[in-house]
Amino acid sequence: MSGSDSGGAGRPTATGEVGATSGTGVPAPRFAGAAEIAGGVRSGRLLPRDVVEEHLARIESAEADVHAFNLVSADAARAAADRLDAAVADGRDPGALAGVPVVLKDNLCTRGVPTTCSSRILEGWLPPYDATVVQRVVAAGAIVMGKTNLDEFAMGSSTENSAFGPTHNPHDLSRVPGGSSGGSAAAVAAGFAALGLGSDTGGSIRQPAALCGVVGVKPTYGVVSRYGLIAFASSLDQIGPFARSVADAALLFDVIAGPDPADSTSLRDDPPSASARLGEGVDGLRVGIVTELATAEGIAGDVVARAREAADALAAAGAKVDEVSVPAVVYGLSAYYLIAPAEASSNLARYDGVRYGLRLTGGEAGRDGDDGDITEMYLRTRSAGFGAEVKRRIMLGTYALSAGYYDAYYGKAQQVRTLIIRDFEAAYERFDVLLAPTAPTTAFPLGAKTADPLTMYLNDVCTIPSNLAGHPAVSVPFGAGDDGLPIGVQVLAPALGETVMFQVAAALEAAAPPLAAPRLYSEGGTR
Amino acid sequence: MTEVATTTQWETVIGLEVHVELRTETKLFCGCRNRFGDDPNTSICPVCLGLPGSLPVLNRAAVEYAMRIGTALHCRVQPSIFHRKNYFYPDMPKDYQISQYDIPINADGWLELPGGRRIGIVRAHMEEDTGKSTHVGGGGRIHEAGYSLVDYNRAGVPLVEIVSAPELRSAEEARAYVDELRAIVVVTGASDGKMEEGSLRVDANVSIRPVASSELGTRCEIKNLNSLRSLGRAIDFEVARQIDLISAGGKVAQETRYWDEVSGRTGSMRSKEEAEDYRYFPEPDLVPVEPSEEWVQAVAASIPLLPAARREAVTAAAGLPAGSDAVITVVHLDLDRYVHAVAGAGGDAALAVRRLANEVAAEIDSIDRLGVDAFAKLIGMEATGALTTAQARTVLKELLESGGDPESVASRLGFEAMGAGDLAAVVDRVIREHPSEWERYRAGEDKLTGFFVGHIKSATDGKADLKAASALLRAQRA
Repeated sequence: MSGSDSGGAGRPTATGEVGATSGTGVPAPRFAGAAEIAGGVRSGRLLPRDVVEEHLARIESAEADVHAFNLVSADAARAAADRLDAAVADGRDPGALAGVPVVLKDNLCTRGVPTTCSSRILEGWLPPYDATVVQRVVAAGAIVMGKTNLDEFAMGSSTENSAFGPTHNPHDLSRVPGGSSGGSAAAVAAGFAALGLGSDTGGSIRQPAALCGVVGVKPTYGVVSRYGLIAFASSLDQIGPFARSVADAALLFDVIAGPDPADSTSLRDDPPSASARLGEGVDGLRVGIVTELATAEGIAGDVVARAREAADALAAAGAKVDEVSVPAVVYGLSAYYLIAPAEASSNLARYDGVRYGLRLTGGEAGRDGDDGDITEMYLRTRSAGFGAEVKRRIMLGTYALSAGYYDAYYGKAQQVRTLIIRDFEAAYERFDVLLAPTAPTTAFPLGAKTADPLTMYLNDVCTIPSNLAGHPAVSVPFGAGDDGLPIGVQVLAPALGETVMFQVAAALEAAAPPLAAPRLYSEGGTR
Repeated sequence: MTEVATTTQWETVIGLEVHVELRTETKLFCGCRNRFGDDPNTSICPVCLGLPGSLPVLNRAAVEYAMRIGTALHCRVQPSIFHRKNYFYPDMPKDYQISQYDIPINADGWLELPGGRRIGIVRAHMEEDTGKSTHVGGGGRIHEAGYSLVDYNRAGVPLVEIVSAPELRSAEEARAYVDELRAIVVVTGASDGKMEEGSLRVDANVSIRPVASSELGTRCEIKNLNSLRSLGRAIDFEVARQIDLISAGGKVAQETRYWDEVSGRTGSMRSKEEAEDYRYFPEPDLVPVEPSEEWVQAVAASIPLLPAARREAVTAAAGLPAGSDAVITVVHLDLDRYVHAVAGAGGDAALAVRRLANEVAAEIDSIDRLGVDAFAKLIGMEATGALTTAQARTVLKELLESGGDPESVASRLGFEAMGAGDLAAVVDRVIREHPSEWERYRAGEDKLTGFFVGHIKSATDGKADLKAASALLRAQRA
């Protein structure tokens, strides 16, 4: 990892302004958002190189505590900023994300830059291509700051299942950032970048967004190309934005959404606009609180309370709010833990040591110049290369697809998926959007749930239904828990309903209690 | 009881799985060149290497070729989906193969053997080919090899797998089926059908059962039969092996076997218990294939005449009985246009079929020198007696060697038409020169026909139309 040799938390900055005063009386920084930076760069008021240096300085000061990154690409970021400086000077359009620092979850392929999935199995592999979303943000002028940590192969809800160690929550370094996109969520919360990209298979963007107090979006399946996203569960995976505001998330969504001939599941029509109706309010919109998700197993009282308050705030803003039952969502978690591991067991088969990444051979069976049997190579490589959670899911999925079990497990789970879609469709006949908690609790302490996978899996109970249905959902920060840590509330919408979803999310954001800045800074910087 | 009575008569039951490589420009799911014989690992990309994050995009041309094959095999062409077939092997980049499973693009068709029998086609589905492994050392098998080399140029090449019903009854019939199938995939333009380059590969499911039994016996699958000769030999060996096994009181074990060309034997590869559980499930990276009705119809309209229809047309033109070997040969060698030219000119099409299936077939490599019009004219000259059979054969051989016009060739060779009056004079002379034989012939000794015809032939230097000569002899005798 490389860092910046300049700057520090307290140094005057290009974009940081003195913001809300925290309880300790230390002024907490208010980080400039994406729209603000892009506007400044486009108008020539901000120099991309200054923006980059300022973010690198923050990374330098706090990354050791947060560990959001698997790789900080400082030199490449500086070079990109300089190219952008030249473009602006030449009068060329620097793009909608001009000069905006962005972080990439480390399961998005970057040409010539290590892409690890936070797994040992991809050791040494350099992708020969950029993911479609990476091409799009770079083409829009964004500056890639680095690759962020995740639960290995995006399997987890705390970013503790990383081969490179956990990421810490900037709001409380003793707690998890959520996961699996915990690195991107933490980086955006900590001001290491204005925007982040993550992937959401069962809540992997929205849950860490909630726990880190940022906005996280899971788009409609097929709206954002998956080309270059290293697959976990192909029928559920979607790439989506992290930002510190709904408007910034919408800005990034509008850049990455749209058809891609390289992804067969990419929708062919123009995507819905996320920015179109921001600021139009919610007057007359019908909002349904999903009864089953507001009362699901293990949802903490403060989380339910914030969700109710969010509904009240929308009602106060003119929305018609009511409760709605979506009965099949209670089977979502069970169905998910058959479908996702089943697809994962197949998607992860290719990590066999034959072509790239880790290869372990030899040992006792090795003969003269002979690296042992092929089966032995597979076993050694995969045993050493994958962590416990990945192995657990490969085994679960292999079992679920086995002859004689397919119908009872995978087949049945797909039927549940159909039921969930049907029940959502019924709800959307009466409501424009639905409301639900994002995560059952605020950020939990590191290590609190690692011993019991089932408890960890329950983190996704409110987010999974959207993945199974292929529908969009966004987590918006809405107040804090009894422990003072951020809580997120989800706005769910029908397929391709992003425009109204962002419209409601913006209203929710406007009505939300002010969010405390990350203690990382409010408590006087790094420990 | 006699020995014959205790010996069970066995029936052979064969079903074939034929893999055909499609002759698309590019691979099934990426833009890499689909070409045989390139340097190893030069036609590869992130998609066909299965690199992390890559995704497949279906090649429309491959779907079109698959539909052509299905249409030509009288299948139902239907909306279909892809599945993943999961198993580990180094030449399979993703460690799963994208294939079709329970909803293939083509189902329930038939193929008509040249003899006229119809063999059921269960399905003809799309899938991707694997790479090619070379196991160095250890007898060429992966587990004993010192090391293995893998060429991924073939990985992702589009295949159609054609699965027959277990309705073939002999090695000969299996060969005829593959030969016919090869002709069909070639004529539809879907494949070059080259077995020697691996464009067409055959697995055979072989079992035996007592004659008149309706139950199927336990089958063995013999993998990778890459020539018609291997196919026939392997089936014959396997049938004999199974009969010996059962006759000795044993049982056939369901298993996969390999064919060893050198020893001429099949050997066990893996038993049913060792068989992989492929854990098929729908491929989530691809969307269903739903060809429009217009597309399906356009494909159907684009299919040229198939061998069976061509045989029927030749048979009808020549007025021959169905199933004629000569007709099969003529169509197989793509000579039917010669027959139709003769028939179209009102000539003797049956004679044309005979000449094509024999003299022309023997010199098929020279076919380009034989003009259709020249051939039709030659047949006309023979049919009208302007040339004798022997002369016509000689002229035909000359045409195949050097080309040209049959009349000028005949005249150059001195094959002038012998007038009817000239022939009658020769016949009279021969009768006069052999009075005692003539008396015996007149008395009914028919075998002397040959004697007289032989003398007429030598007296005319072979120019006589011997049929006409025989007719004259019979007329004189009456």
